[in-house]
Amino acid sequence: MTEQTATAPAPTAEPTELEKRFPGALKRDARPGYEGHIVEVSKLREVATAIRDEMGYDYLSSVTAVDYFSDVPNANNFIEVVYHLFKSTGGGSLVYKVQMPRDKAVVPSLIDIYPGADFQEREAWDLYGVKFEGHPDLRRILMWEGFDGHPMRKDWKEPYYEEDLKPFKNRWPEGQVYRIEDHNPFGKNVKYPVGFDPEGFKESADPALYDSLERAARAYTEDIDTEQVVVNLGPQHPSTHGVFRMAVRLDGETIVALKPVMGYLHRNHEQIGERNTWIMNMPFTDRLDYLSSMSNNFGYALAVEKLMGEKAAPPERAQYIRVIMAELTRISNHLWAIGFLLNDLGAFFTPALYAITERELILDIFEATTGSRMMCNYFRFGGVARDFPAGQLDKIKDLVLERLPRKIDELDLYLTQNELVRSRGEGVGVVTPEEAIAYSTAGPVLRASGVPYDIRRADPYGIYDRFDFDVAVRYHGDVYDRYMIRLDEMRQSLRILEQAVKQIPEGEVMTGKNPYQVRVPTGEAYGRVEGPKGELGFYIVSNGKANPYRYHVRAPSFINLTILEKMCVGSKVADAVVNLGSIDIVLGEVDR
Amino acid sequence: MYGLGVLKGMWVTLVHFVQTFVDDIQWAGKRYYTPEGIAHRSSKDTKGIFTVQYPEEKLPMPEEFRFIPFLVQDEDEHGKLHDRCTSCGICAKVCPPQCIWIVRTEDPVTKRPVPEPVEFFIDVDICMNCGYCAEYCPFDAIKMDHDYELATFDRHVQNIYNKEKLSKPVSYYSSIRPANYAREEAVRAAEAAKKAEAAAAKAAPAAPAQ
Repeated sequence: MTEQTATAPAPTAEPTELEKRFPGALKRDARPGYEGHIVEVSKLREVATAIRDEMGYDYLSSVTAVDYFSDVPNANNFIEVVYHLFKSTGGGSLVYKVQMPRDKAVVPSLIDIYPGADFQEREAWDLYGVKFEGHPDLRRILMWEGFDGHPMRKDWKEPYYEEDLKPFKNRWPEGQVYRIEDHNPFGKNVKYPVGFDPEGFKESADPALYDSLERAARAYTEDIDTEQVVVNLGPQHPSTHGVFRMAVRLDGETIVALKPVMGYLHRNHEQIGERNTWIMNMPFTDRLDYLSSMSNNFGYALAVEKLMGEKAAPPERAQYIRVIMAELTRISNHLWAIGFLLNDLGAFFTPALYAITERELILDIFEATTGSRMMCNYFRFGGVARDFPAGQLDKIKDLVLERLPRKIDELDLYLTQNELVRSRGEGVGVVTPEEAIAYSTAGPVLRASGVPYDIRRADPYGIYDRFDFDVAVRYHGDVYDRYMIRLDEMRQSLRILEQAVKQIPEGEVMTGKNPYQVRVPTGEAYGRVEGPKGELGFYIVSNGKANPYRYHVRAPSFINLTILEKMCVGSKVADAVVNLGSIDIVLGEVDR
Repeated sequence: MYGLGVLKGMWVTLVHFVQTFVDDIQWAGKRYYTPEGIAHRSSKDTKGIFTVQYPEEKLPMPEEFRFIPFLVQDEDEHGKLHDRCTSCGICAKVCPPQCIWIVRTEDPVTKRPVPEPVEFFIDVDICMNCGYCAEYCPFDAIKMDHDYELATFDRHVQNIYNKEKLSKPVSYYSSIRPANYAREEAVRAAEAAKKAEAAAAKAAPAAPAQ
C-alpha cells in the first residue's frame, strides 16, 4: 500500500541492488532514520523467495508489526509488518516491510519460505490483528482464543488503564495515593464485544488447539489402525521450566503431533514498554529472561544507543565491564541450563546443585556491583550504572582464573561420559543444520546443529571483535550435543573473561551525565546480542518523544520453541521433556 | 569399559561427600553460625556444604544492595530533623512502575513551592526495587534500604508507606552505605567550598587583581 507520502524515495538516491532486481515491486524506505525497503503486499512472496534464494539471506531473525496510528481526523494510519533477515554466514541485516490499512491488515504468510516465521506471525496476529494468509495454524498464541481485540494496537486499552504514557500526571505535584483497583473496580471498564453473551460463553481455545493437533497428525500414517490419544503435558510439570504446556497427540508412546501452548505468564511486556519512557524499560528487560538480566540490558542498551548515535558511545572501561558482565551471565545461565537438563535426563538435582553453587558465586558479584542478584538493571545508555566497588574485580579474577575452570572441568567429568546420559541424549531430538536455520533457531540450539553462527563473531557488537575466542560448534544436533555445546561455550566465555579482566583499563564508566530523560532521535533500530539462549533482538521505533513508539523483543526462547514440534514428532513421549530441556527456555521471555 | 562413565561420576560425588566432613573437622565447629564461617562458605575456596542456614544465619549484605527506598533526613544542631527532599518530583517521573506519589505545597504568601513535601507515598507492592529514584535524585534525598524482611499480614493498608514510615535519619544511611555516604559528602563539601569562594569573591569586588 502506498498511502504514506513520506515513503516516496528521494529523487537523487541511486537505485539499490534490490530496486534494480525488482523494479516496481519495492521502494526505499525514505522516512528519516529508517532503513530498508517497502515491498508491495502482492509481491511479498516473490521478493522474499528471491532474497532467500538469490541473495542468501536464509535466516529470518524477526517478524513484527508496528501500528502507525493517530486519532486526529484524516491521519495517515496504517500497519506495517517488518522483516529482519540475516545471512547464516554472517554480516549485517536486510530489512523489508509491507504496509497495509489497519482495517484490512492482510499479508501473505512466509511460513513455507521461512518456517521460523510460524510463532512470530501468530504473535503478530494475536497482538496486532495482522492476518497472515496461508498460515496453516493462525491461532492466538499469547492471549487466549476469544480474547476481544488486539492488545498491541495503539487504540486498545487495558483494564486499569491510567494514561497513554508515563510519567502519569497525577503522581506529582498533587500525588494523593490510591490503588488503581479501588479507583477502577472490576466491572466498571469491562466491555463486551458486540453481540457477546457472558451467560452462553463457551471456551474455544482448547477445541481449536485439538483441531490443530488433529490436522497436524493427518500426515502421520501407519499400517495398523490404532486409536490416538491427546495428552496434555502441562501447564507446569515437564520438569518445571515454568508454566508451559505441550499438547501432544500420541500413537502408543510415539508422538504424532505436538503443539506448545504458552502465554500463561503473558503481561504484554511490549505494551508496558511503549507506555514507559526509554530509561524505564531497562529494569523491565531484567524480567524477560530473568536468569540472564545482564544480556537483556545489553541488547536494549545497544538498540537505543544505535539510535542515539555517537553521543551515547560508552567509554572504554564501560565496554569492558559490559563484556565481563555479559560473559559471567552466560556462564551462570549455562550452569543453570546444564543442571536442569541433567535433571530432565534423570540425574536428579545433584548436578543441578553443584552447578548452582557456582552460579551463586557469580550472583554474589552481581549483587555487590549492581545491588541485586537477578534484577540487575545495570546498563545505561552510554555506559553502566556504576563502577565495580572496591575488591570486586579481584573477586571476579579469582573466580575466572581459578575456580570456574576447575569446576567446569569437574562438571564435565561428572556426567559427560556417563553411559545413561549418553544413551538418553545421543540421537534424540536431532535437528539438521538446514532445519535449524530455516526454523530461525538461535544460540546453542543452532550451533549444536553444526551452524557456527555466533553474533559476537558474525556481526560483532561492543568490543567483542577484540577478543580471541572460538565459536563453539557441535555437529550432531541432538540433545547430547546441546548439552556439550553449553560446556564448550562456558569455556569460551572463560577465555574472553580472562582477556577482559587483564585488559580492562581505568576510567569513566558513563558518557555524559546519565540524565533521567534521554532524547532519542526519530527512527528505527534493531539491536541484537548473542544472549545465552540465542539471538536476543530489540526492535525499537522512536518518534522523537520521551517514550518509545514501538518496542519489540525478539525473544530467543520463544522462537527456539518453533522447532520443538519438529524435534519431538516421531520420538517417544518421554523424550519430549528432554527436548524441551535442551532448548533451555525461560517463560518470562517466552510469554513476555 | 562400559560403566566407567558412571563410576567416574560416582567418584565426583564421593569426593564432594568426603570434603563435607573434612571441611567440618578442619573448622572445628566454627564453620556455621560465625561471620568467618559464612564468609568462607561464600568465598572462592568454598567446598563442602554451601548453604546458609537462613534465618539463623544471614549472608552479609553488600553496600550496593537495594530494597525499597527510604527518605533521608538531616539533623540540625537542635536535634530537629529536616527532609532533604525538595519535592522536585524527579523520582516520581523516573519511577518505572509509577509507585511514588508526592504532594508538594506552596507558600500561602509568596506562592512559591515549599522545598519539603507535605506527603510522600510509596506503594511497596508496586515498587520493583530498580533503584532509579535513588540514582537520579539530585539531592541525595531518597536512597535504597537494606531491610528486606517486610512480610505483613495485610497488603492493602500497611504496604502503602507514607512519609513518616519512609523517613530515616542520615545516620542510618551512613551506617548502611558508608562508602557512598563518604563519596557524596566529599562532593558536597567541595561544592560548599566552591560556593564560599565565589561568595567571598563577590563580597570583595573592589579588590585589585593580582
